Amino acid sequence: MTDPIPQCVFRAEDERYTLADYQGEEPRWCTGCGDNAILAAVQRLCRDEQLPPERTVFVSGIGCSSRFPHYMNGYGFHGIHGRSLPVAEGIKMARPDLHVFVSTGDGDCCSIGTAHWIHAIRYNMDMTVMLHDNRVYGLTKMQVSPTSPQGLQTKTTPRGAYLEPLNPLTVTLGVANASFVAQAVDWIPELMHDIIESAFHHKGFSFIRVLQRCPEFLPDMFEPWVQDPAKTLLLVHEDGLQPSPSLSKTYKNQEAHDPADLTRAREIASVEDPIPVGILYRNDDMPRYEEIRPTDRSYTPDTIKGALEAELDKFTIAPANGGEDEDTAKP
Amino acid sequence: MVELGLVSDERRRRRNRKAAKPVVTLDEHIVEVISDSGEGAQRCGQSFGSIAARMGNGIWTVEIIPAEIQPPARSIAGASGNRIRVASGPVTNGGDEADLVVALNEQVLLARLRADELKSGCIILLESEWQGARDPAIADSYFQVRDELVADGFQVYDIPMEEECLHYVADARRGKNMFVLGMLCSIYSLDMRLAREQIAVAFASKGDSVVQTNLQLLDAGHDWAEDNLDFKFEIPATRSPEPQIVVNGNTALGLGVLASGMEVCAMYPITPATSASHYLSDVFEAVGGVVHQAEDEIAACAFAIGASYAGKCAVTITSGPGYSLKQEAIGLAVMGEIPLVVVDVQRGGPSTGQPTKAEQGDLLAACFGGHGDAPKVIMGAATIEDCFYSMITARKIAETFHTVVVVLTDANLATAQQPFPRPQFTEDWLAPPVDQSTIGMGAKPYDWDARTGLARRFVPGQPFGMHCLTGLAHDRGSRVAYDPQINQEGLRHRSLKLAALQKTLKTPPLFGDPEGDVLVVGWGSTQGAIEEAVGRVRKDGHKVGSLHLKFLQPLASGIKEAMAKFDKVMTVENSWCDSLEDELIDEDSRRYANLEWLLRARYLVDVDCWSEVKGRPIKPGAVAQAILEKLNGER
Repeated sequence: MTDPIPQCVFRAEDERYTLADYQGEEPRWCTGCGDNAILAAVQRLCRDEQLPPERTVFVSGIGCSSRFPHYMNGYGFHGIHGRSLPVAEGIKMARPDLHVFVSTGDGDCCSIGTAHWIHAIRYNMDMTVMLHDNRVYGLTKMQVSPTSPQGLQTKTTPRGAYLEPLNPLTVTLGVANASFVAQAVDWIPELMHDIIESAFHHKGFSFIRVLQRCPEFLPDMFEPWVQDPAKTLLLVHEDGLQPSPSLSKTYKNQEAHDPADLTRAREIASVEDPIPVGILYRNDDMPRYEEIRPTDRSYTPDTIKGALEAELDKFTIAPANGGEDEDTAKP
Repeated sequence: MVELGLVSDERRRRRNRKAAKPVVTLDEHIVEVISDSGEGAQRCGQSFGSIAARMGNGIWTVEIIPAEIQPPARSIAGASGNRIRVASGPVTNGGDEADLVVALNEQVLLARLRADELKSGCIILLESEWQGARDPAIADSYFQVRDELVADGFQVYDIPMEEECLHYVADARRGKNMFVLGMLCSIYSLDMRLAREQIAVAFASKGDSVVQTNLQLLDAGHDWAEDNLDFKFEIPATRSPEPQIVVNGNTALGLGVLASGMEVCAMYPITPATSASHYLSDVFEAVGGVVHQAEDEIAACAFAIGASYAGKCAVTITSGPGYSLKQEAIGLAVMGEIPLVVVDVQRGGPSTGQPTKAEQGDLLAACFGGHGDAPKVIMGAATIEDCFYSMITARKIAETFHTVVVVLTDANLATAQQPFPRPQFTEDWLAPPVDQSTIGMGAKPYDWDARTGLARRFVPGQPFGMHCLTGLAHDRGSRVAYDPQINQEGLRHRSLKLAALQKTLKTPPLFGDPEGDVLVVGWGSTQGAIEEAVGRVRKDGHKVGSLHLKFLQPLASGIKEAMAKFDKVMTVENSWCDSLEDELIDEDSRRYANLEWLLRARYLVDVDCWSEVKGRPIKPGAVAQAILEKLNGER
């Protein structure tokens, strides 16, 4: 089979894609939901990068976050709970030419889909993965999530969450072959855009944990951080984020962090207050699964026939009138 | 290149002076080679089968596999080896009890005896080294088993295999198998030139000296049997005028995947399916295919779905427990109308069950196991050849009807070998390429045809085809449906696709009598045993026929009409069915076997069943007996 090749669409210079070209259905998230900010940042990225919408694929699982593909104008895959990453891997393996984005929530990624998350880091396939982390189950109406703070009262933990939360950043940074780890917050859209842009340009599995507010179930969860800029630690570096002077005026708590420094990245990741925002780790030299296992050989009837005949030769018993010396049956 | 045949020319000349033994001509024989795990009985048996096949004999081989990698030596649980049914004409199954058994110790022999796998009075060639074992318990055990077998009428030959092999190798455990192969070549008058070639090929990667040692052992076994055994057989062979290939069912699956043009196989290791992926891993990448070993069964299925969605139809190969794990993802592929081929190499269940053993208990799980109404196509491979062609058919159906096609095979087919005509590749085997024509502005991704339920599929990369595929109920535009009518419409159209496929299916051919007293209906790997049994019963003058179903969902037309021509209908299945002999079981409480349920539900016909779940292929003799009981009204 040949790859599905999109028809050439000629676009004149003035026919640039606009934000409207990336808008799908009207979002149905709650007013004030952090998902809206992520959507806006991704649409802006697509516009800035002038990505042909038909060459973008937005993959998701189940949960509030996973409605994301419906609201983009591109190819979308809104699958089943926890399995967005293996679906995205199959897409990327079959079609490395496509731009693959994944939206997953803290339940989808860090609970039901944890095995896939760990292994997706290891495969390091080129895709941009946004963990929409609101620290609670929203779509099923407020159950405890793996990232919920200890003591959080939810419908399944009416006397408070029993356990320490799982830290998605330290987990990701602990997996072999991790190549890009960042953290963004929905209330600083400028930085979220810059981080998603860096993630998109990184060749490999770009993992962004986005802390996002859930106005419906946890309206006050991030209020102290939203109100007090000193509780945010901006990670700045010439190879990382370079916040604008105006933003730096507000967010003065900054650390010059080289994204190549894995040890420091792990230290930063393990601190929850102040919240680190920026690029914790980036390594462009990590091997990518789709490169190690290329599928770009032409798959034509001739190549299939050639391969099949060579294999059948190994197992063939020559006919009675055939040259007996060519018998090559194997056990 | 190794010089073949020099080793024993001198000895052969000497032997030619001896008087030849009478050679008994046979139609067929069932031979078993049994040893501890690691002693090479499987390689010996497979080689014996291959040599016979190359001479033109019909063969069917069955692997005898212990559940553990290194079971204790000299144990009943550790019996490992191969059964080879060799015949003058074609063979379609492993047959009944064995006619000749080679056993490397008496414990593994006991395992086969207790499993009722030995014909009464059959020939037993038993390694005699245990007679002189230092541990008196071992020697006692040897004599006790041997003497009981002799008393029961078995023809037991004590053979000093260890002693003979020590002339050539320091460790006879490694090499005895080729001595046995030599003996079998003598006993069945096989062509020693082919046997030497077989060894040269089998050990080629290990170097000349290994090949030479094994050739010496082969000749030694052959000569020992010539000089010391008082019997010799010949099973006349006719080589086919067409080239044949000899592979097991899992290799045939792998070859079929290659031939189908599918490029992605995603899997997770599970017995007995994995060897299909082993084979593909070896050969697939050279032509641009990928075998992806995923982190788990669910991921393997999701990965295959992703690749298929993106335009490269993929296959995922598993066994029962893995199939259960994939069910939710399979439902997604049905809902999203994504082509997908799923192979379930069935094993004994439920739960971990009998991983290395044959059973066909997954049929209903495949048809109906997912939640909600998820219409998908279910095929059952009946032969090794079917394993090959079913991959080609499955992919074409998956891509034509944009749905999931499940192909069921089982542990019996997975490891059995049988020659079949060498496939001749044609481009018709490949599914039509994805429709690349321009998508009109405003076109809908699920623009279902009112009659067939079919719609054109849009693949990423195609302008104006953008939509969000979703596992939620959706309308023709793939938008989440909140209108009750839309859900009704989606279910209706997905179901119609199966009807559209059903209209293209041919009525399965009837074997045996077209009308009469009993019709046997089967599916999957039992075809050979059922048809052989029907043939035997018909020879006795009974009017019996059989029907073998390759499409289990949808079922072809004409099956009800075929059943109506017989007084009684029964299925024969390798899956559980309650017996009316149990006190609490009556027509109200009886749980039927898988196919029996299906036929009763669809055709409102009183279908009976004979089934067995002993973890082994069903024997034609047992089926013939069941048919006779049905004929006589005893069941």
